Amino acid sequence: MRLPTWLAQHVAALRALLVFTVLLGLAYPLLMVAVAQLPGLRDRANGSLVENTAGKTVGSRLIGQAYTDADGNPIPTYFQSRPSAAGDGYDPTATAASNLGPEDVVDTADRASLLTQVCERSRAIGELEGVDGSRPYCTSDGVGAILAVFHRDGFTGPVTRVVSVNQTGTPFIPSYQGVPVDSAKAGEDYVADGGVLVAIRGDAPDKPAVPSDAVTASGSGLDPHISIEYAELQAPRIARERGTDNATIQRLIDEHTDGRALGFMGEPGVNVLELNLALDRELPR
Amino acid sequence: MSSTGAGMIFLLTLLLALAVSYRFLGDYMYRVVSDAKHWRIERGVYRLVGVNADGEQSWGVYARSVLAFSAVSILFLYAFLRMQSLLPLSLGFDNVMTHGAWNTAVSFVTNTNWQWYSGESTMGHLVQMAGLAVQNFVSASVGIAVAVVLVRGFARRKTDQLGNFWVDLTRITLRVLLPISILATIVLIIGGAVQNLSGGTDVTTLAGATQHITGGPVASQEAIKDLGTNGGGFYNANSAHPFENPTSWTNWLEIFLLLVIPFSLPRVFGRMVGQNRQGYAIVAVMGILAVASIALTIGFESAHGGTVPQAVGAAMEGKDVRFGVPNSATFAAATTLTSTGSVNSFHDSYTSLGGMMPMINMMLGEVAPGGVGAGLYGMLILAVITVFVAGLMVGRTPEYVGKKIGAREIKFASLYFLVTPALALIGTAAAMATKNHETALNAGPHGFSEVLYAFTSASNNNGSAFAGITVNTAWWNTALGLAMLLGRFLPIVLVLGLAGSLARQQPVPESAGTLPTHKPLFVGMVVGVTVVLVALTFLPALALGPLAEGL
Repeated sequence: MRLPTWLAQHVAALRALLVFTVLLGLAYPLLMVAVAQLPGLRDRANGSLVENTAGKTVGSRLIGQAYTDADGNPIPTYFQSRPSAAGDGYDPTATAASNLGPEDVVDTADRASLLTQVCERSRAIGELEGVDGSRPYCTSDGVGAILAVFHRDGFTGPVTRVVSVNQTGTPFIPSYQGVPVDSAKAGEDYVADGGVLVAIRGDAPDKPAVPSDAVTASGSGLDPHISIEYAELQAPRIARERGTDNATIQRLIDEHTDGRALGFMGEPGVNVLELNLALDRELPR
Repeated sequence: MSSTGAGMIFLLTLLLALAVSYRFLGDYMYRVVSDAKHWRIERGVYRLVGVNADGEQSWGVYARSVLAFSAVSILFLYAFLRMQSLLPLSLGFDNVMTHGAWNTAVSFVTNTNWQWYSGESTMGHLVQMAGLAVQNFVSASVGIAVAVVLVRGFARRKTDQLGNFWVDLTRITLRVLLPISILATIVLIIGGAVQNLSGGTDVTTLAGATQHITGGPVASQEAIKDLGTNGGGFYNANSAHPFENPTSWTNWLEIFLLLVIPFSLPRVFGRMVGQNRQGYAIVAVMGILAVASIALTIGFESAHGGTVPQAVGAAMEGKDVRFGVPNSATFAAATTLTSTGSVNSFHDSYTSLGGMMPMINMMLGEVAPGGVGAGLYGMLILAVITVFVAGLMVGRTPEYVGKKIGAREIKFASLYFLVTPALALIGTAAAMATKNHETALNAGPHGFSEVLYAFTSASNNNGSAFAGITVNTAWWNTALGLAMLLGRFLPIVLVLGLAGSLARQQPVPESAGTLPTHKPLFVGMVVGVTVVLVALTFLPALALGPLAEGL
């Protein structure tokens, strides 16, 4: 029996797909799983798991962890990781970035804006590490320093009213262009009402004491690294908590820094899990 | 060394490696598609498929073979996703629901790899490797095969025979994609990418919490995901995930993999039309556009304009420390200059202008260097449009590598060019008109950018996203599925039609009236035509999104 051409073509297509499914969908990945079990490759292919001094697996050197207690507060004896948007933080079953944009500056009833998240993290880290946590465009109480400015004629004309949109308490500046600044009321949408958003730079240093990676969520939500600057910022606290000197901590930071590959690829980073494991090993509490 | 300095060396080494592979991989692929002999394993495949490997096809039969193979693939993948809970290695995940399965089936068959789902919580290992990753291979082969047919159209004379789809598909898969993927998999494992069939391990972290360390055949999928310019991540975090892209040097490798075939295909074109210089001209156009785009992206991200990046002091939101800003920006540009769409950092949190660059790259039609195959045929269409425009300006008869560009040819080329902008803009307008844009995460112009990015990405078969937007709704999954389907197969049919029309012609001898298409003048003109066409088409839409936000 001869099939009509169009049908014969679809039968050939189905047969081709099945052949390729066996070759590429089963043989290829399974062969690669087999190769991955060779010594030298096996540990990496199984997730680069690391153990503590007691020989218990505590995670993967490639996957970051949160060093916070059950309430989400930093455990002071450990180096802290970056903020994470993966689930409740460093959840490998829900990897994610925040996906908030560069002008996400107005808090809503549902969530804090990215700007306020950055400001609040910076304030909290400053407090924890005993340094100045101020940043440009942030208020001293750790929210985005954003005004909604209302003009008489929409976008032009004299200023008639100013609201600090992220603050329900006392505004961070008393007046703007001679007009007193009001605090925000919950549930109001000042942009929809015709307010023009103005970000106020403030007098924070150009290079804040808290580094940029410490106040931003990573792409994977599992970033195993922090910058060298952020590690060094935390060093005095760790030295104090672990009862040692800064030089010892600095040595451990250096030992667990992954430099740029071949000297030019990527950026240097400190592997936080390995560093914290080294703390537990060398400086047990 | 400063970040910028290191970032420049990173880019230069990539360019150098691509320049070296241009000749080697290009010549190798030329031999693969023009070899008269079949390998024994290929003969076995042809027997199992039941086709005559020595007969050639006209463009119509070739097109019907492509469409039949793709239609069967979509149905097969759809069924696979709908019944995954019944299959082994499903990790206890449910069947994928209807509109999601439709979207994903179309997405992987069209080489888009748009993902509404999180891999780690939706797809079991068997679906990942035997469903999704199979399409990573064959959709890439289909793209290359179609490009090769267009080149045959230029190279052949007075014939309607343009090759055999089953032979092209099999050879490109088995001789090009599979060996490179095997090598890349092993190198990625050395870097730390996982490759196992484990459902994962629960560990107790230093802080005493439980963390589920995931497993899976990741490296083998990662290799073809990049090489085939697919882009669908094993995990939601895609190439930002340390198990997909563990180190700064695997990052280099992955960018190289996603650029290497598209940048080498012009060599195949040059070899097949018998003038290597024509290949150099095409790759020069691709290179100029690519380097300009990558440099601008790195520049915008390093300058970190905008309120939040200024408050932070660097554009680090959505980027991992090991990659840093310049290498993340390089990845973002490369993944959208090709049709890959994998990401190692999240474009939604880029600076306004830095985030506009991936959009512009896709709007260029992904031709610099574009997806595997799709980039070459897209660029050849632009070259055809350019000789036509140039012919109109100077009154010369438009011809390209010996073939006349007549009314029929320019109709195919113009229709080709119109498809994706029409899909992207109509889709965006439809989302706004039906209020489906309200699923965007961000407010104001950035929310509009999320919508525009989604349809631009789907129509151009890219697959990356301004990922804040929620697209797991019936409307979005259906609409984006349609955009991907039409954005892939309408252009393919038009390209094959053009190939058929060119192959029938007797080549015209070169004369004093022929515009030389291998000289810098022509290269500059193609760059100009590409940029002007895209600017005219998309500037109004960009003005409402990233430009409104960033300026």
